[in-house]
Amino acid sequence: MDFFTTLVVILDSTVRLSIPLLLACLAGLFSERAGVFDIGLEGKMLAGAFAAGAAAAVYGSAWAGLGAAVLVSGFLALVHGFASITHRGNQIVSGVAINFIAAGSTIILGQAWFSQGGRTPSLGADGRFGAVTLPFADAMRDVPVIGYIYYELISGHSILVYFAFFMVFVTWWVLFRTRFGLRLRAVGENPAAVDTAGISVTWLRYRAVLCTGALCGFAGTYLALAMNAGFVKDMTAGKGFIALAALIFAKWRPAPAMFACLLFGFLDALAIRLQGTPLPVVGRVPVQFFQALPYVLTVILLAGFIGKAIPPRAGGVPYVKER
Amino acid sequence: MSSPYAKLPAWADYGLIPLINLVVAFAVAGLVVLMVGENPFRAAAIMVEGAFGSGRNIAYTLYYSTSFIFTGLAVAVAFHGGLFNIGGEGQAYVGGLGVALVCLTFDSILPWWLTFPLAILGAAALGAGWAFIPAYLQARRGSHIVITTIMFNFIAASLMVYLLVGPLKPMGSMAPQTRTFLEGGQLPKLNWVMELFGFTVRSSPFNLSFVLALVCAFLVWLVIWRTRLGYEIRTQGHSPKAARYAGIGEARIVIITMMISGALAGMMALNPVMGDQARLQLDFVTGAGFVGIAVALMGRSHPAGIVPAAILFGMLYQGGAELAFEMPNISRDMIVIIQGLVILFAGALEHMFRPSIQALFASISPRSAGLAAAKREGA
Repeated sequence: MDFFTTLVVILDSTVRLSIPLLLACLAGLFSERAGVFDIGLEGKMLAGAFAAGAAAAVYGSAWAGLGAAVLVSGFLALVHGFASITHRGNQIVSGVAINFIAAGSTIILGQAWFSQGGRTPSLGADGRFGAVTLPFADAMRDVPVIGYIYYELISGHSILVYFAFFMVFVTWWVLFRTRFGLRLRAVGENPAAVDTAGISVTWLRYRAVLCTGALCGFAGTYLALAMNAGFVKDMTAGKGFIALAALIFAKWRPAPAMFACLLFGFLDALAIRLQGTPLPVVGRVPVQFFQALPYVLTVILLAGFIGKAIPPRAGGVPYVKER
Repeated sequence: MSSPYAKLPAWADYGLIPLINLVVAFAVAGLVVLMVGENPFRAAAIMVEGAFGSGRNIAYTLYYSTSFIFTGLAVAVAFHGGLFNIGGEGQAYVGGLGVALVCLTFDSILPWWLTFPLAILGAAALGAGWAFIPAYLQARRGSHIVITTIMFNFIAASLMVYLLVGPLKPMGSMAPQTRTFLEGGQLPKLNWVMELFGFTVRSSPFNLSFVLALVCAFLVWLVIWRTRLGYEIRTQGHSPKAARYAGIGEARIVIITMMISGALAGMMALNPVMGDQARLQLDFVTGAGFVGIAVALMGRSHPAGIVPAAILFGMLYQGGAELAFEMPNISRDMIVIIQGLVILFAGALEHMFRPSIQALFASISPRSAGLAAAKREGA
């Protein structure tokens, strides 16, 4: 029973830790499926987290924070679109630039506005997305196994957690069951064909990039308003890149993206849990090993040792109309 | 692919457009300063004063520039081969391990002028080695170099934390760093050079690796523009297809280019580790690997542009430190914003002002704006 409880607790923190990855990963899915590489997920998420923390602190409402996060992250997405779609700049360079701008300006503005060393003020219950207790959770608590799983693992998360899992379905539905999704995927594979059909490549890609911005805003909000009580500087700590890794791991598909994010979240939860405790057979594993594991796994996958990840064909290439 | 841009006179291409991009980047940075509630012109004045106001300040500026020359060259060499090496940060970090291993082994038995060449080899070898794996994976297994080098930055960070809190830490010490190197593992300072010019410098970390950086800049120019290998690298970067038809081994060039790039990034570690701190510390790279991207873009991947661009960023680093002192609201992170804006305007948006400048040139002298295939980056 003890093992069971531990397992459920680890899985519970797996869910918490994988949500920012999942939201950012779905964000990247929209952009990259439309042929715009985005390594600026990290920056957009960070800027979103800051906007959420700042707005929630000023207006005292978590929803205001969410709105601000989506706006700010959407603006950065538009900058990325302006550089890489309108001006056909290098998408990777643009993404790198956005990461730096976000990293620097969140600290500078945070310090100037709140004078707390780059943090935003600690938030009370109103400013946060608190835990939601699902119906009957308390009643079912004492039911062995199933009740406990329901109470501990499924119930008691922030609303953004449920939203993130719901978005996996929505993303799948939008991309694979709607006309917009079909065109979006087409523009990432063969923009010339889409153009020939009389559909604007530019407008389609801008819409895809805006979806990315909005979802990164949600990811940032989750970090600042659900996982923590306010913004802390550099709080994304590479999560945007892990999300990118998960996206490649999932071969640019929504449901596998969810499992990839859960896997990376699980590694993270395990690393926290196992800190300092010796394992059977191998003995003590340094915690840095677990921290590096998602990156190592991604490299191995990219090298084609676990199936081959083939990116959208037109990814990274600005579209130039024939003239 | 046909280029959508017409040709401009060379001075406009290499002087005017980068200058305009830079001015716009700084103007936007000025807006951020304004948002924080400070006067951007005063901030700029304090920065310039802080960077060049005294001999000590100049020495510090050049100390930071040294690191940026190395990392800027590293990114530039990769750019010439059509590769984007974002992994300078990790390669420099692991390069530091090479420096430290050499210094820890030889500092008590060899004088610095014998340790130095060995440390150069150590730094270059480990930096190149760290770049080799992503390069090999790109060349042979087709994995994207940008993603793998980012991953290798994180792996390098984990590896170095593991080494510095474990095996490399001296017994009985709490701080995650190696022991301090003896005389034989420290580079001589160059403060006397500043004193030749009549400045008084009491202490600064400005050291011999600056000279090495300049030598490297010259060597990069020599290799890229004056050797067969450089020609092959540039051909590969310009048009992989043409390179293939010309019988240039694609995989070989990718791997060699990345290893040169990694070696240059690795050598950056000589400056802080052997030149200043005389020990290997956590996070000694402090973003220099990423600054290299901005430096290479600003210097248009040419050593003659990279050295001044590196000095400009050295100035921003040193001046920024002084600025943080005068205006507490503007910490050193302002540099990160400027860096991002420079990358955005000089890199991703480099063609933004081109159409209007072309129109301007065409209206002044129609001949100079004749339609010809211009160079395209990133294609």
